Amino acid sequence: MAHLIETATTPLKSVDVDVITLDLVENALRHARYEMDEVLFRTALSPGIREQHDEFPLIGDPEGKMVVGQFGLSIPDFLANFDGTIEEGDVLLTSDPYACGAAISHANDWLIVMPIFFEGRIVGWSSMFGHMSDVGGKTPASMPTDARTIFEEGVVIPPFKLYNKGVLAEDALRIILNQVRKPDWNRADLNGLVAACRTAGRRVVELCERFGADVYTSALEALMDRNYRAMKALLAMVFKENETLQFTDYICDDGVGYGPYELKLSLTRVGDKVTLDFSGSSPQAQGPINYYINENLVRMFFGIYMITVADPQILWNDGFYPLVDVIIPDDSFWKPKYPAALNARNHGIGRVFDLFGGLLGQTNPDLLNAAGFSSSPHFMFSGNYTEGDRKGEWFQLYSIGFGGIPGRPIGDGPDGHSLWPSFVNIPCEYLESYYPLRIEKWETVSDTGGAGLHRGGNGVDVAYRFLEPGTIAIHDDRWLTYPWGVNGGEPGARGTKWIDRADGTREVIASKVIDVPVNKGDVLHFVTWGGGGWGDALKRDPELVALEVRRGLVTDDGAKGYGVVVTSDGHVDAAGTDKLRAEMSKGRPTPLPTFNMGPPLATILERCLEETGLPAPQPPIRI
Amino acid sequence: MAYRLGVDVGGTFTDILLVDEKSGATYRAKTSSTPEDQSIGVVRGIEQACGLAGITLDEISDVLHGTTVATNAILEGKGARVGLVTTEGFRQVLQIARSFVPGGLAGWIIWPKPEPLASLEDTVEVKERIGAKGEVVTALDEEDVRKQLRKLKSQGIEALSVSLINSYTNDAHEKRIGELAAEELPGIAVSLSSDVLPELREYERTITTVANAYVQPQVNKYMRHLEAQLTDAGVKGKLFILKSDGGLISARTAGDNPVSVMMSGPAGGVIGAAWVAEQAGYKDFLTFDMGGTSTDVALVQNLTPRIGRETTVGDLTVRATSVDVRTVGAGGGSIAHVPLLTQALRVGPQSAGASPGPAAYGKGGTEPTVTDANVVLGYLPTELAGGEIKLDREASRSAVKSIMEATSLGSIEAAASGIIDIVNENMFGALRLVSVQQGFDPRDFALVAFGGAGPLHANAIGRLTGAWPVIIPPSPGVLCAYGDATTSLRDESVRTLIRSFHELDDVMLKGLLDELAANASASLLAEGIPQKDHTLVYSADLRYHGQGFEIPIVIDISKFDGKGAGLKSLSDAFDAEHERLFSFLLKNEHELVTVRATASAPRPDVASPTLPEGGTDPSAAFTFESDVWIDGASTMAKVYDRTKLLANNVITGPAIVTEMDSTTLILSDHAATVHASGSLLIRPTSKN
Repeated sequence: MAHLIETATTPLKSVDVDVITLDLVENALRHARYEMDEVLFRTALSPGIREQHDEFPLIGDPEGKMVVGQFGLSIPDFLANFDGTIEEGDVLLTSDPYACGAAISHANDWLIVMPIFFEGRIVGWSSMFGHMSDVGGKTPASMPTDARTIFEEGVVIPPFKLYNKGVLAEDALRIILNQVRKPDWNRADLNGLVAACRTAGRRVVELCERFGADVYTSALEALMDRNYRAMKALLAMVFKENETLQFTDYICDDGVGYGPYELKLSLTRVGDKVTLDFSGSSPQAQGPINYYINENLVRMFFGIYMITVADPQILWNDGFYPLVDVIIPDDSFWKPKYPAALNARNHGIGRVFDLFGGLLGQTNPDLLNAAGFSSSPHFMFSGNYTEGDRKGEWFQLYSIGFGGIPGRPIGDGPDGHSLWPSFVNIPCEYLESYYPLRIEKWETVSDTGGAGLHRGGNGVDVAYRFLEPGTIAIHDDRWLTYPWGVNGGEPGARGTKWIDRADGTREVIASKVIDVPVNKGDVLHFVTWGGGGWGDALKRDPELVALEVRRGLVTDDGAKGYGVVVTSDGHVDAAGTDKLRAEMSKGRPTPLPTFNMGPPLATILERCLEETGLPAPQPPIRI
Repeated sequence: MAYRLGVDVGGTFTDILLVDEKSGATYRAKTSSTPEDQSIGVVRGIEQACGLAGITLDEISDVLHGTTVATNAILEGKGARVGLVTTEGFRQVLQIARSFVPGGLAGWIIWPKPEPLASLEDTVEVKERIGAKGEVVTALDEEDVRKQLRKLKSQGIEALSVSLINSYTNDAHEKRIGELAAEELPGIAVSLSSDVLPELREYERTITTVANAYVQPQVNKYMRHLEAQLTDAGVKGKLFILKSDGGLISARTAGDNPVSVMMSGPAGGVIGAAWVAEQAGYKDFLTFDMGGTSTDVALVQNLTPRIGRETTVGDLTVRATSVDVRTVGAGGGSIAHVPLLTQALRVGPQSAGASPGPAAYGKGGTEPTVTDANVVLGYLPTELAGGEIKLDREASRSAVKSIMEATSLGSIEAAASGIIDIVNENMFGALRLVSVQQGFDPRDFALVAFGGAGPLHANAIGRLTGAWPVIIPPSPGVLCAYGDATTSLRDESVRTLIRSFHELDDVMLKGLLDELAANASASLLAEGIPQKDHTLVYSADLRYHGQGFEIPIVIDISKFDGKGAGLKSLSDAFDAEHERLFSFLLKNEHELVTVRATASAPRPDVASPTLPEGGTDPSAAFTFESDVWIDGASTMAKVYDRTKLLANNVITGPAIVTEMDSTTLILSDHAATVHASGSLLIRPTSKN
């Protein structure tokens, strides 16, 4: 447990705060949180943070509970695991998930935690983590898909004081940066993280100066309480007492040949409280896909899904946590035993949102979206230039791709968009200026979005031509199981990858690979999954289907999945459509099934090689 | 002929300001805007203003115009049907739109995705490819281009845009497509991305080019029409348009590059504010322009507005140089509401707009708006001096009552105060973006407040920011027209390089700057302004090698004198700015991304009017006393008629100053001094 040193000993007083002050504080904190993003984006060097925005900020109350933020990291768990003093001017850094109660979940994420002092007392915490493109270890980008322990995943930084009373621990930083392949990136990104946390600290101090520390901290409590009350009402409204809801989804494989991993989540409300239970999920994985998840993160993800629709302007915080119990079995996919490998947990993070979607949507039609939170597909490329004025120089790329957003209650899922907040793609022209790459195609793939009244978004095909030899690495999923459709919608298409070699041969690439050699002139196609469809496809406006055929988002053949016959010039054949729709509606169950997961798992596995070009994974075994 | 004429066309009113350059005397006219053809309202207003001045229309030397035609085309989705030509493999560049989804986690669930500005069915690919260094990888297949252009023609496009990968390094293919389009699509305007925005990042360049094409037919039509109308009415002077960056260009140039006038309206306000602040003796200030649905803010240092590289209109963000104006969806019409679940008090972004408008307007509005809160609190007297609209206080009270009932606030007045506090905080948030977030302390700045609702909220915003004095210009509603009338001709020339410093030297950079300067000066020379009168300003966007964002730096050209100190002066200036913004430096090499030269003509010498000395006592302007609610209690406020105030009058708060198009609120413990130039300067009376 951290020992906090405060020079002022008068405790903060709890005072009444009127609703207006409350909203003023809420608003100011929201601005401060966006300011944190801005500072980091503008100063970071690694493409992952500067171009893609793979980072997450947080401002906490005096106990470290989140009052504004959007994702991940739990300061209370960090503090509980930190053995030492913390005082004014200290800035802490860690990258070890096992040493902070999974406040972060793999060693690429560097987490900064900083106390905010006002007149000698801690009035809050600011914190931020960012994904470092490289943290050393056996493969560029530090995410070995074949790792079985965390020791293979590069430098793992225990919680320590990066700044001790304002003084930088230069030796420690030097030792850390000596482990990584692009130290200037890590240094700049780390500087940016610290600058962003300090900015948040200044804003909190300004609020204390404006309202007084007692009013400020009491306002935080009231904001927490606002979340608590809202959630209490919402839980009672949405979930029947004593009824258990369940949902199951899958991770296709673990990078070392086992899969699919079954992920289960159930929910039961008793009285004011709900219990979220991950029991029954597959055991811990052999490969690095384990998602060591923090209980508080589960609460937060749950809460965000519950309330986003009810009051989109609300400032998310931890206030409702006492209403949610979380059960995570030991030695499972969700809580692996040290020193299990963790680097490829991004599939698990994506899938946790599909799990919540499927679970909560069952009783809350406003929230039932199809599946699409399938992964955050990574593509890495590195090597040394073999010619030109950069001959011999090391290049290294880490980038994130996007697939189809699922069909939603409010409409179609956007094609090739990000489900992650603030993420954007890396421009083609940027990639071509800074890397020996030429992008030959960057477009969404027609018909990959699941058919439905609201179509799932299409997946994306990016074709990378390599202009220098090197190695690539890929992290992806949903190549085997389908992004499911809902309320009668069809599943989306699965992702796939292949290399067209310069010699004319084609090679299918597995979804989790490292150190795959590529040569000048080879072309990699990285095709992501489509989003599942929402609602009955036969009810979609035929004119819209035809328009999308003209737009190249749906093919003539794909239109038939909507029961729409399209003429050769892309217009609706009304008679043909009526006839086809009548035929297709015959013998359908009423109502249509809520979930359409595609063929049964046994069938999927049986056809795996034939359909995907890859052998089926072996059933997971307990280690 | 020594009359300049500023014209600002807003959504509701067209403001005309006629300035006698010699005396500084001004003549204002305000007419209803004529949205179906804005030029009708403009000519009507000009005739009115000339009537007031007792001159004929042929005595006007220049017509200087801030236009919202381009902005409205975007906001209302009424631009041209645009065809887009892309490189093979990139047809969906606008469909994918960098994959960005706004909002937080789960934000995707509720985000309605806007349709691309150029429809996918009107987007074609052509066979060609330029590499990152400008090399031709695949030659342009001209037959393919013709085929694709004919397809677009058959679909009935009204404007064409061309944006090919890496065209910022080599524009040959785009230029050739432009030539082919002239043959295949005669009469259709073509926007090439290498002309509109020769910068790296294909999506940003494409959307900017498409936006240019989208608004171009309307803007061109409007310019031609207005020029013809002015000529018919007897105006002999030339028509100039205010650009988003605050400079003027000829109507023809604006028509070629309309994406550069999308912020024309807000820029006029900021330039007008600069003129007013200068008259009152202030050079550093924030601007605060609050209207019915939104509020624009900006920061001005040494009378020069901060310039940004992005322009945002509604959902659309393009890369075009403009005054760094930030907009927040908070205005007089913003609706207050209380979500059932969280019981928080929210104001906006929904707005009652002009119809039905606030409940007080009696046009059927029932939801509580910011204006209703102002009426409830007595800040907007229901019987305005010279006001055309009669305000229904009871309607406002019953609207605001719904907020009282949904919250624990004890009275209608408390609920109204809450609404005002929250909307003020929202606007304060926007002011923070241009000040503290850019490393500026707002307390080092004054605050110029204008727009219909600005002066009503200005004193409170001064309290939040600590920016004093709060300056209320004379006739705050026509400030944009003042800006139009008092700025100068300007043009810029830009080049994207992306070179590390070791690849550059002073001589090479100086050569490039001279070339850019000559380009920028050309259009001024064409308007008959001799070279000796051009002011040239050079700037560069710099970053550390590897960073994704650039910081704009003004280049000290005198350092490029052949002694080799030029580049060093640039990197020093960059480091100083980086340190100021982010409080750290990196050891990485510096990188020059973009250089630009801006040529400006001299500012017109417009004299300011001077009010006669009136001593401190304002009682000659006193009209009546009115009940107001300030700081949690009811109190009496004196109401003054602004037209009767004289120089050095001091109005002690709580007080209200009314005029034709605006109402100023002065809070308790504050006082406003009337400056000789006509502005009110509000300051706290008891400083601690």
